[in-house]
Order: sequence, then structure tokens, then C-alpha cells
Amino acid sequence: MTDTLYDRAPGETPGEREEGRSSGVLVYTVGLLGAVILTATSFWAANTSMLWGPGVALGLAVLAIAQMGVHLVFFLHITTGPDNTNNVLALAFGILIVSLVVIGSLWIMANLNDAMMPPAELMRMQR
Amino acid sequence: MNDAVALPSVRAAVAFQSTASEAGPAPKRIVVAYGFWIFLLSDVVMFSALFAAYAVLARATAGGPSGVELFNQVSVAVETACLLGSSYTCGLMSLSVQARNRVGTYCWAAVTAALGATFLGLELQEFAGMIARGAAPQRSAFLSAFFTLVGCHGLHVASGLVWLAVMMVQVALRGFLPSVTRRLTCFSLFWHALDIVWVWLFTIVYLLGVRA
Repeated sequence: MTDTLYDRAPGETPGEREEGRSSGVLVYTVGLLGAVILTATSFWAANTSMLWGPGVALGLAVLAIAQMGVHLVFFLHITTGPDNTNNVLALAFGILIVSLVVIGSLWIMANLNDAMMPPAELMRMQR
Repeated sequence: MNDAVALPSVRAAVAFQSTASEAGPAPKRIVVAYGFWIFLLSDVVMFSALFAAYAVLARATAGGPSGVELFNQVSVAVETACLLGSSYTCGLMSLSVQARNRVGTYCWAAVTAALGATFLGLELQEFAGMIARGAAPQRSAFLSAFFTLVGCHGLHVASGLVWLAVMMVQVALRGFLPSVTRRLTCFSLFWHALDIVWVWLFTIVYLLGVRA
């Protein structure tokens, strides 16, 4: 064992010390193409009348999640390899907290709005 | 001697796992980038609170203008293209840094900064136009949340531009010292993360905003 098996730093390209430069450019270009296609699809889906209206919001969320994945893999070089476990675990924890904050806030505030008395009735009570 | 049969593979596995710890702590390059990764995730958690506030208040227009009347999709598309392009050139810049190529680093950094500045200019123009039409942050809860969320992202982009300028001065004065390349790695992580935040921003604020 001559190679020391350290974890890989976030953002570090896979073969940073062994491979040449061309493969790195290719990775970024593939990422750019993927992101451009997903972005264009998002803008098209938001403006077209070809799609079933109520489903568009969900579709846009899926496209955004896919684009986040493209950015993480091709720009930030997050992989599923064993040398990347720490980075992925930190990311998973971040996503957990983000979803708790966002979904929790929306859930609580929707309930609060439902339970609140309509303004007109509130005015009548104050009289 | 039953152990001896099973031993070689076990020994290989143990050697495989313990090399990193036997060699002492990880190099500073890895520790710094990991620490910055944790900071970025905490920054994203802060953005999630602003996103939650926006999502809750998006319909609270208080009789004022709503997103449908205010948002211009063409300028949002141009801003998105600028930020995505600058993320790409930032990646090419970090490849030049790896190759210790000074000219390449300066060129890609200049393109990255120019695209970032174009993005920021368009955003400020949009803000100025909205305020001129009476859609200032104090008009409604929706507009307060909008300016806080989008303005916070813009502030991050502005500080990223300052950081990039400082890094180019450091490359010019000190060259590719380990400390300088570590900071450049952190900068590219920061810049890519800002682009991820923008993906959610244009989806939730602008694209969903013009449909509602």
C-alpha cells in the first residue's frame, strides 16, 4: 500500500493528479449541456399551454431537483465513491434540515390559515 | 492454525482501512475544503428559511402588484444564462489552477467576473424598475419576502465578485502557493453553490410566480 487513502475533498476532480486536462473540460461541458437542457425545459414548461396546468408545478420541482443533481455531480464532483462518504453525508444532513424548514413552515402556515377566522367575521365580532 | 487460512484477506482489509489513520490527519487541502463544504451547507439552510418565508407570503400582496405583473421572464432567462455560464467558466478556471496556468486562470476568472457582474447589473436594473413602479419592499409582505430572498442571493454574488478580485491579486503577487490554491478551491465551491441556489430561485420565484 503506497497510496494513502484519504477522503476526497469536495469539488476535487476524480483524477486530479493523474489525468490530463481534457477529461476535466469534458466533465464541465457535459454538466453545462445538461444544465442548459434542463433550464430550457423549465422555461418551456412554465410558458406552454400544451401541458396539464396543475401538473406543471410538480414538473418544475422535478426539473429543479434534476438540475441540482447535475450541478452536484458535474460541477462539484460529488460521487458515490467510498472516498466521498463524508461529503455525501454532510450533504444529506443539509437536505434533511432544508426540507424540515421548508415543508414544516408551509405545513404549519397552511393549517394556521385554515384555522383563522375570515376577516369579515372578525370585524363583525369586534363591533 | 485455522486462523492462518482466513488471515491474508482479513489482513489486506485491515491494511486497506487503516492507511489513512496511520498516516496521520488528512492534508490541509482536504480539511479546508470539507470545512468550507459544511459552511456552504449551513448557508443553504439559511436560504431555506428565506425560501420558506417567501413560499408562505407569496400570495400576501395586500392589494399591491403580484408576481405575474412584475416579473419579466426574458431578463430572468438572460440572468440564468449568465450565472450558468459563469459557473462553467469558474470550473475551467479551477482546471487552469490545477495545471498551474497563470494566463488561463486570469482569462477564465475575467470571464467569470464579467458574467457575474452582468447578472448582478440585470438584477439591480430589475429591482430599480420594480421600486420605480411602486413595488418597493415595504409595499406588501410578498414584496418584502421577494426582496429579502433575491437580494440575499445577489449580495452573495456581489461578495463572490469581490472575493474573486482579491484571489486574482493574490495569484499575481504570490503565485500558486498552497494557501492560495486552497482559497481558490473554496471560491469555486462557493460559486457553484450559488448557482444551485439560483436554480431554486428562478423555479420557485419566477417560473411558478408567473403562473400563479
